[in-house]
Amino acid sequence: MIRDVIREGGGLAVDIATLGDGDDLYAAGLTSHATVNLMLGLEEKFDIEFPDRLLRRRTFESIEAISAAVTELLDEKVAA
Amino acid sequence: MSEQLQRMRRVGADIAAKHAGSVDAEARFPHEAFAALKAEKLLGVMVPTELGGAGASISEVVALCHALGQYCGSTAMIFAMHQIQVACLVRHGLQSEWHRAFMRRLTSEQLLLGSATSEAGIGGDVRSSICAMEVQGARFKLSKNATVISYGADSDAIMVTARRTAESPASDQVIVPILKSDYRLEQTSTWDTLGMRGTCSIGYWLHGAGDVAQIMPLPYADISAQTMLPTSHLTWSSLWLGIATDAVARARAFVRAEARRKAGTVPPGALRLAEAVNLLQLMKSNVVAAARQYEAALASPELLTALSFAVAMNNLKTGTSQMAVQVVNHALLICGISGYRNDSDYSVCRHLRDAHSAALMVSNDRILANTANLLLVLKDDPGLFP
Repeated sequence: MIRDVIREGGGLAVDIATLGDGDDLYAAGLTSHATVNLMLGLEEKFDIEFPDRLLRRRTFESIEAISAAVTELLDEKVAA
Repeated sequence: MSEQLQRMRRVGADIAAKHAGSVDAEARFPHEAFAALKAEKLLGVMVPTELGGAGASISEVVALCHALGQYCGSTAMIFAMHQIQVACLVRHGLQSEWHRAFMRRLTSEQLLLGSATSEAGIGGDVRSSICAMEVQGARFKLSKNATVISYGADSDAIMVTARRTAESPASDQVIVPILKSDYRLEQTSTWDTLGMRGTCSIGYWLHGAGDVAQIMPLPYADISAQTMLPTSHLTWSSLWLGIATDAVARARAFVRAEARRKAGTVPPGALRLAEAVNLLQLMKSNVVAAARQYEAALASPELLTALSFAVAMNNLKTGTSQMAVQVVNHALLICGISGYRNDSDYSVCRHLRDAHSAALMVSNDRILANTANLLLVLKDDPGLFP
């Protein structure tokens, strides 16, 4: 699902299918402008909201990092 | 006042102010002021002491830009642009032997660093490059059609951005200092502008080469977010504040002279002066608060790349750049025709022309658009103190 959101909103220079979960998305062409689109897409898809503490460059550097942040937010939602 | 700041005040009053008129009229590099800044060892102040510098903090550098801005806007802008490059080296080059050696040279020879970040064809977005590093073994080559390299002809080295490799996307950039002996500049444009005429922000084709070890290890995206953007906005804002401060000083002198001539009556400009001083205080608070915020965040790359920090620094720039013009315009109204004249002690003409560059050098509209985009996801901050 995360890969779908990146494909739609990430504006990458390469096909997301060619990237591994740990690959650097910024090296693949993710810009800070596109990061905002990506965040909005993830918030919509997973019905979550990124708190300010997660609004930083490293949260979106790889599929792995995004997945960790989304999982954390989904867990918090379940706990709440 | 620190001893460093005293030396800067001396260079400003004795040299920069004296030549500000001719630098402006002839749109030429402020050679006299830079000879003095080099003689006073003020170009390497940010470099750590173990590498020959003074280990100055960002607040100290901001104070130096503010002081110099009161004497000559162009000289202060060149000094600020140089310090922005030095900040990138100091913050991100200490782990690399090549950059440590370069910083030692920078302090001992007082090298002036220029920058080539803008490029023809990228639409003004310095976070994109067309040109790319051409690496062969341990050496690289690079050719860039730079739309602006301020004081390029008088720089001793230039920090250049480029795509990491010929295959990299436009946003995957590196930054590399290239020495004067290793580049060739072909001038492509001229610099005959309303204000900031001494910065000589001319376009060049830059053809350079060097060792791969010269490439800064951290991606330019991180260097830009953590250091180049905040340092730019802080040093620029403080020198714009310096320009506004000197304009208000002239307006104060004008009002005082009026008051002395007609003792017992409050001169008509006095009320507007009160307004100008009020605005100046707001501008100063903005700069001081942002400098403190940056210093508090310095130890944490996480805080420095947070969206909220980017928004705060964007606001500093758009806010102070607009206020600079507003304050100088107040000073003009107060001094009246004496302020409007080029040949008067109360002249604020150069101040006003220089201040108008503030909203354009990195267009406020571009910065506001960037803030607008970030606000789509950034949450409200209901707190007062950070």
